[in-house]
Amino acid sequence: MIILTGNDLKSGAVVWWDGAEWSLHIESAVDVGDEAEAIMAREESARRVNVPYSVEATLTDGIARPNHIKDRVRGLGPTVRPDLTLKPDNPAAIEEIV
Amino acid sequence: MYKYDQYDQAMVDARVAEFRDQAQRRIDGKLTEDQFKPLRLMNGLYLQLHAYMLRVAVPYGTLNSTQMHVLADIADKYDRGYGHFTTRQNIQYNWIKLEDAGDILADLAKVEMHAIQTSGNCIRNISSDHFAGAAQDELVDPRPYAELLRQWSSFHPEFMYLPRKFKIAVIASDTDRAAMRLHDIGIQIVKNADGEIGASFYVGGGMGRTPMIAPNIRDFVPLDQLITYSEACLRVYNRYGRRDNKYKARIKILVHELGAEEYTRQVEEEFAHLLEQGIEPPIAELERIKPFFADPAFEDGTKTVDRSDPDFALWVDRNTHRHKHDSYVSAVVSLKPVGGIPGDATAEQMHLMADLAKEYSFDELRVMHTQNIVLPHVKIADLHALWTKLEAAGLGTPNLDQIGDIIACPGLDYCSLANARSIPLAQKISERFKANGKEDTLGELKLKISGCINACGHHHAGHIGILGVDKKGVENYQLSLGGSEAEDTALGKITGRGFDEDGVIEAVETVTDVYLAQKEDGERFLDTYNRIGMAPFKEALYD
Amino acid sequence: MTDLLRFRDDTPTTDPVAAFETCCDQSNATAVRIEPGDDARALLTFLDRLTLVEVNFPVYGDGRGYSAARILREAGFDGEIRAVGDVLVDQLNNMRRCGFDAFQPNAPLDRADADAAFKTWPEVYQATTDGRNPIWNIRHGANHE
Repeated sequence: MIILTGNDLKSGAVVWWDGAEWSLHIESAVDVGDEAEAIMAREESARRVNVPYSVEATLTDGIARPNHIKDRVRGLGPTVRPDLTLKPDNPAAIEEIV
Repeated sequence: MYKYDQYDQAMVDARVAEFRDQAQRRIDGKLTEDQFKPLRLMNGLYLQLHAYMLRVAVPYGTLNSTQMHVLADIADKYDRGYGHFTTRQNIQYNWIKLEDAGDILADLAKVEMHAIQTSGNCIRNISSDHFAGAAQDELVDPRPYAELLRQWSSFHPEFMYLPRKFKIAVIASDTDRAAMRLHDIGIQIVKNADGEIGASFYVGGGMGRTPMIAPNIRDFVPLDQLITYSEACLRVYNRYGRRDNKYKARIKILVHELGAEEYTRQVEEEFAHLLEQGIEPPIAELERIKPFFADPAFEDGTKTVDRSDPDFALWVDRNTHRHKHDSYVSAVVSLKPVGGIPGDATAEQMHLMADLAKEYSFDELRVMHTQNIVLPHVKIADLHALWTKLEAAGLGTPNLDQIGDIIACPGLDYCSLANARSIPLAQKISERFKANGKEDTLGELKLKISGCINACGHHHAGHIGILGVDKKGVENYQLSLGGSEAEDTALGKITGRGFDEDGVIEAVETVTDVYLAQKEDGERFLDTYNRIGMAPFKEALYD
Repeated sequence: MTDLLRFRDDTPTTDPVAAFETCCDQSNATAVRIEPGDDARALLTFLDRLTLVEVNFPVYGDGRGYSAARILREAGFDGEIRAVGDVLVDQLNNMRRCGFDAFQPNAPLDRADADAAFKTWPEVYQATTDGRNPIWNIRHGANHE
């Protein structure tokens, strides 16, 4: 599947396209099929996202899992600071992405 | 240390206003990301893996306690309570919001700090010897020359869009503590046969994907021609450095392709022309700068250390450096706790280091390129009190230049360019060598880790270097041996095929075991490697 | 020509602008355009017949044109040096400092924005041929010619 990610222009936060808007949570990411370019062009010119790009992912337990570790790290946070990830209460989350 | 006058202050204030306006234009959509990117980079603002990252300049690594307190305040107010000290003596924050950038710069400007030219294809922050003004072996304090170059390079109208980034280091001792020959321009302040002070220029060094050691292109530039000569070096590069391929755009490639001799000829020709242009500040300007770096009021005192506490004695042996005044030492605050993140410091730790600098080191601190902090002028009589406070804050790890004192770039945990993570490796290696007790038997061993070919972790210059690579989406690590960034500058050689994370940690232990088995009296790891060569290490690793 | 921002009192030339190679070969061109890779020093032998040098910036991140302009000014050229191409407001000030006195960007620039850009820096750290007295002279009570 193809999912979209980028950063919020003002805050810099990592965001994922959920089909209607940009979400902070990779769990909300949806398959955009062949719409990637069109959505990115539209959203970037509206400044709702900064530097978007498409990511190949695999549906795993109903959730998109990016194929490249870089995007999995983006989806969670720094693996060396569990307290600063999006799942500070779930230390196993780090093992799941690396 | 240097103090801004109204002109310096006006320059940084103007920059705050300019960047605030640029950021606002980006937010308002008047600038596209393509147009904004080079502008924000010239102000140290990156878009990283998780957020914007802001790199703040610490000119030649020197700062005072007020500045360190503000760095801590910024970490608390605008970031997540910590900062990361870098291999170019700067500090960077990982969780910055674009809309806060102007306010952060304004806070910095109040204490004579900025983020000017900490990134982008321009002349970067000038780096120097972290023991400048304190080391027993220096000819003069190199920082006045670095300050002169800082002002010249700030907003230089001709050199803001160079082919690639440009890094300058200035030292003034034969012992190189700044990796001088691995810079685009390395300057050593020297004395000639007539006893005059001048500058020896090394041009075209660098790490990255094609590491090179800079050749000397002129062994003596008179001080009243220092800026003019630098300008000539830059103009030749700006005109002829490659722009067709970003990986061949650094000056090292130009010098290499032209040959040092031809590059030098062109520089000399340009220099002769520029000498007629009146672009050199008067010597009086250098003389104006020098007193800012005058010695503080050192006092005679105890010259010996009470070694009855072995932990303290070990810290003194490892983490202090000989001072030019025999009642003082330079003390190194390790930002490499066992299992910690190299170079990271919490706001609380920064506040403490600032307080300790105020109390024990004439209000001065230095950032080392090895990602530690120096208190340059500590009375030997105060060392125990200082150490006690550092220990209590987790800042007293006695590991300077030991295997646990690892340089590591942020790697794939933070950096959008990285191919592999660096920090977890550093954490695991320092833990392993502490647990197995080998750190204490290995002596000086410089381990450096980069998460990609850009080599921010200086892996080429590590006695042991580790480079993270992307093997079809999986982290993989190459090992290299025999590098050095000291006065015996050398580039490490790759051992052979790479390893996974556990494998490379195992491999580091294997090569240290070869060293321990083969070393002769007084030999460091690097010395043994240089004597016996790669073969015994390779054999142990792969056979 | 409506989008030309010009900081000179003389009238802009209407002569055709020759390409760099042509200009170096033919002796009567009075206006020339140089590209980033062209050697501005090749123009020095016939500067006195030139009234306009256009310096093209195909992309604004290519900074060779800044050196070209300074080289011409350092050689005493007092004709027009015009920056053309990908010229944006954030680069105007540095270009002016390097000797450019006219700007004809691909995307039109607002005169007020340009004027504001030139006022960015109250003083300057470097000596160029633009006549501004660098900070290191002001500090020591000296002038820069």
